[in-house]
Amino acid sequence: MKQQGVSLSNKELLSMFEKMLLIRIFEDKIHALFAQKLIPGTTHVCQGQEAVSVGVISNLSKEDVITCTYRGHGHSLAKGIEPKKVMAEIFGKSTGCCKGKGGSMHITDLSVGALGSFAIVGAGIPVAAGAGLSFKYRHLNHAAVAFFGDGASNIGAFHEGVNFASVLKLPVVFVCENNLYGEYSPLMKTTSVPNIADRASAYGINGIVVDGNDVLEVYRVSKGAIDDARAGKGPTLIECKTYRQKGHSRTDPGKYRPDSEVREWMERDPIRLFGDYLRSNGIMDRSSEEAMSSRVNQVVEEAYQFALDSPYPSENELESNVYN
Amino acid sequence: MSSKVMSTININYRSAIRFALREEMKRDDRVFLLGEDIADAGGVFKVTEGLLSEFGPSRVIDTPISETAIVGAALGSALMGLTPIAEIMFSDFTAVAMDQIANQVAKYSYMSGGQAHVGVVIRAVSGGGISFSAQHSQSLEAWFAHTPGLISIMPSNPRDAKGLLKSAIRCGRPVMFFEHKALYPMEGLVPESEELIPIGKSEIRKEGEDLTLVGASSTVATCLEAASRLESNGIHSEVIDLRTLSPLDSKTILGSVEKTGRLIVVEEDVGFCGWGAEIAAQAADKSLYYLKSPVKRVSAPYAPIPFSPALEKMYMPSAEKVYAAAKLLVQGS
Ligand SMILES: Cc1ncc(C[n+]2csc(CCOP(=O)(O)OP(=O)(O)O)c2C)c(N)n1
Ligand SMILES: [Mg+2]
Repeated sequence: MKQQGVSLSNKELLSMFEKMLLIRIFEDKIHALFAQKLIPGTTHVCQGQEAVSVGVISNLSKEDVITCTYRGHGHSLAKGIEPKKVMAEIFGKSTGCCKGKGGSMHITDLSVGALGSFAIVGAGIPVAAGAGLSFKYRHLNHAAVAFFGDGASNIGAFHEGVNFASVLKLPVVFVCENNLYGEYSPLMKTTSVPNIADRASAYGINGIVVDGNDVLEVYRVSKGAIDDARAGKGPTLIECKTYRQKGHSRTDPGKYRPDSEVREWMERDPIRLFGDYLRSNGIMDRSSEEAMSSRVNQVVEEAYQFALDSPYPSENELESNVYN
Repeated sequence: MSSKVMSTININYRSAIRFALREEMKRDDRVFLLGEDIADAGGVFKVTEGLLSEFGPSRVIDTPISETAIVGAALGSALMGLTPIAEIMFSDFTAVAMDQIANQVAKYSYMSGGQAHVGVVIRAVSGGGISFSAQHSQSLEAWFAHTPGLISIMPSNPRDAKGLLKSAIRCGRPVMFFEHKALYPMEGLVPESEELIPIGKSEIRKEGEDLTLVGASSTVATCLEAASRLESNGIHSEVIDLRTLSPLDSKTILGSVEKTGRLIVVEEDVGFCGWGAEIAAQAADKSLYYLKSPVKRVSAPYAPIPFSPALEKMYMPSAEKVYAAAKLLVQGS
């Protein structure tokens, strides 16, 4: 890992690390709670992919917006939704960011520019294009980022959304998190090209492959794309090569993946890589790391308590908000 | 039901569907499966487990996440003489393929002046009750019933699931086959020998003379549970299992309504413009003078299905709601 072409202060670097750690601890907690059957429905956790959400979103301001997927806790936290509101939502409590009506797959908070977690594969991609259209329309200097998986690049919404944004030169960045699998299917079995970024050329935009476990690389490359978007140069497709450390959903143990592959990727854990970098460059010492870790653990525990203590939505919520 | 002794096996709804697929694939090598994660993984709900090793990858095809292509390719292959069975992992995702389903598959036969039979079966997993939120829990059968050209089937038990799916595969017409996700573990007796259950025929699950309860898929069990509680209150209800939504077996339903004079339709989908409304309208149209009380529907409110288990429970039809509605109809209190 290196900090080439990236000018971030130590404070900013540490804050990125803390965000990644928050996502990791949060997801570990969700995973454990789900296994104990304390969380209803289903969950899709994102351990191993924290460098993508944090690397990209560290370039965004509150006015910029994102769309993400059912695997969206990480993006939602990175974009600034309060952890307790995310946790309460996952528990289906009235204090959740969606009053418990959306759940794990639909974490949304417009007030911080988290336009939504879309559980229909690909659905968030054209929506991000539309957000970009609004920025262009109003001559605002903002950007929209769509996060989606490798598997999503096979659905019509991806192709239509990317072409649309390209033709209209919209301030959008398409970030594909290639974690090598769509559910239980390896990418090679379902996808005609080895690199999703190759698909950019079909729509006349730049496609860039990045090491998605290197948060500084993700930061650097997405910064360029976001700057281009803001400058009116149109969209970019960034493919972040990464890995989903857990199974697809719920308690899927992910047994369809070769052990050696899992092991190799675990060695390239994005938090470990970034931690090593910060330590070896004297940016993070043991005591600051411990302080950070206990802070993050406390935030997650408080979020959990908050969710537990919160009430379920009352009956009048059943038919409210149908039209707002 | 025939009283002939037949040998049966006890299997669940999931296995019953798998048995139907296997038998039909063995019988006719034009029958093949396509869908997301159905081959190696055996499907998200494990319905197609084992079929890849039995029939090979040319007949059990894993597809990209491309619902439009899945349904469109099913149509194209059917026009060329194959019998595709497409799996749509959650029926909510039919929305992604809706053009192919509603504009292409459903209309092909008619618009071509009957040149082709479109033998496409689309298996889609529907229903709520397990906190899967608003995009993985819907009961959208009415969308399809509203589209002429599609047959819509909603089996409520393992035996029907098997017998109806086999009929669907053989009928040479476009069929939407809705499997309720909460029913997959449900066990029941299924004949060992081949059984084809006719499309378009409802089944009277329980006879009674005080009121008629109509359910389909998951709500048949809801009706039966309510019926048994009503029975202990001296109210004898007749329970009709729709089995096929379209074409609708109006004869059986209205025959029962004319006998009992009371009707409650129990459906999991949104009541407004749901299929219960059609049945209520038919009762008003054809059997009005037999009715002793207003027609009632126990259905979902006008809202997407909520995630929170607390709200979802209120949202879903239940035996309690049916019981309460029935008591009110029959006893007026
Ligand atoms: C239109 C649609 N089809 C299928 C699904 C079921 N499904 C949910 S996630 C998923 C895999 C998506 O893979 P990918 O885009 O690589 O994202 P990842 O889960 O790896 O983050 C599938 C098939 C869905 N939600 N929506
Ligand atoms: Mg993936």
